[in-house]
Amino acid sequence: MDQEKKITTPLDDKSVRQSKAGDSVLITGYIYTGRDAAHKRLIELIEKHQELPIDIKGQIVYYVGPAPAKPGYPCGSAGPTTSYRMDPYAPYLLDRGLKGMIGKGLRSKEVIESMKKNKAVYFGAIGGAAALIARSIKKSEIIAYEDLGAEAIHRYYVEDFPAIVIIDCQGNNLYETEPPKYKR
Amino acid sequence: MRKVKVNQIKNKVKELFLKANYHIDQELMSLLQKSLKEETSPIGKSVLQMIIENNKIASSEEIAICQDTGLAVVFVELGQDVQITDGDFTEAINQGVREAYQEGYLRKSVVDDPVFERKNTKTNTPAVIYTDIVSGDKIKFLVMPKGFGSENMSALAMLKPADGPEGIVNFIVEIVKKAGPNPCPPTIIGVGIGGTADRAMVIAKKAIARKIGKHNQNEKYAAMEKEALEKINNSGIGPAGLGGKTTSLAINIDYLPTHIAGMPVAINVCCHAARHAEGIL
Repeated sequence: MDQEKKITTPLDDKSVRQSKAGDSVLITGYIYTGRDAAHKRLIELIEKHQELPIDIKGQIVYYVGPAPAKPGYPCGSAGPTTSYRMDPYAPYLLDRGLKGMIGKGLRSKEVIESMKKNKAVYFGAIGGAAALIARSIKKSEIIAYEDLGAEAIHRYYVEDFPAIVIIDCQGNNLYETEPPKYKR
Repeated sequence: MRKVKVNQIKNKVKELFLKANYHIDQELMSLLQKSLKEETSPIGKSVLQMIIENNKIASSEEIAICQDTGLAVVFVELGQDVQITDGDFTEAINQGVREAYQEGYLRKSVVDDPVFERKNTKTNTPAVIYTDIVSGDKIKFLVMPKGFGSENMSALAMLKPADGPEGIVNFIVEIVKKAGPNPCPPTIIGVGIGGTADRAMVIAKKAIARKIGKHNQNEKYAAMEKEALEKINNSGIGPAGLGGKTTSLAINIDYLPTHIAGMPVAINVCCHAARHAEGIL
């Protein structure tokens, strides 16, 4: 594999443009968690023209519902959940300045179009590598929707969080380009 | 009658869920190592390395292999000469699940109402329990914390008898290809053929827990397993769906007698973190 690229958050347009499908990256900085239930609430706020509990401009959302932390650990096992369930919601957040999403699995045409329009990047983390990924999460705090438990919005401070650029801001998609190379 | 107290049942279920969520069995680890050696895709290799490393960390630190510690599925073979005393059988299983998930730092992923409120029960209960009454005076448990990234990719087809083995293999390959990266490949695919629509899915789920390296004892069914596996691994999907030849680790088909008019085929998909544990009381 190619040399890993270091990325820091928040993301600016330059770092988004330089992230190419196929790049292995190590992400450092703050990222926000969110999955089904939190997304539903965020989009309800947007539809009511109300303020969001987090400023998502330039930020990365990680689709994850972590396991509880064992004593002495900042965070429990925390691998990505399947992204397509957030597809109906993602364009709303991309339109409001979200620059990155970390998850696993396919995205809809609408999400990819919105990523191209808004210049955003979709990172893949390895599903099921949850204990390994958790080692890069150094701090975790709940920012909103505590009542949702594992689905609450957490803010993580991550160091060298391992991910791969799956879909870049030009719409290049590793899920489309890689498997055909190994088809027999 | 041999008497078994509900407390023993609770403790056994708890022990098995903790074990299943922390430790991937050795045969599966060996198969992942073998796949790593044989994988030709550089990204695929690095994904398999991460998975192996992850499973080692989870096991040595006793933390969850995957944050999705699953819906608690329990298969029970209850000997007819066992008398359960001191309480309720179903409640004992659920209490075992509650304690494992609470004390073991496992995620609680169950919502009470699937459509409207979707409120977390905060205990990871109720468990999904299947009980078969068998001869003897033992109780055998097979527990399976079933993650939903892969469960969501499951499918059922009520095929025509005329579709034959070819129709079945094509259906399996089609479903796995359609799932692509979503169920966390390399996957283990449980297939249940025959019975009724519901029964086929139950045996498909149980088939996921088959010992690694074993095929169906019926050669014709074993041949379907091998053919489907080869076709799937020729699809190029690969580890994490990022290209390669390790898309599935095993296709496990089980079958049951069925009606003259039908051939139900159920597919239950499991991710590479194929977690299960067995125990006997």
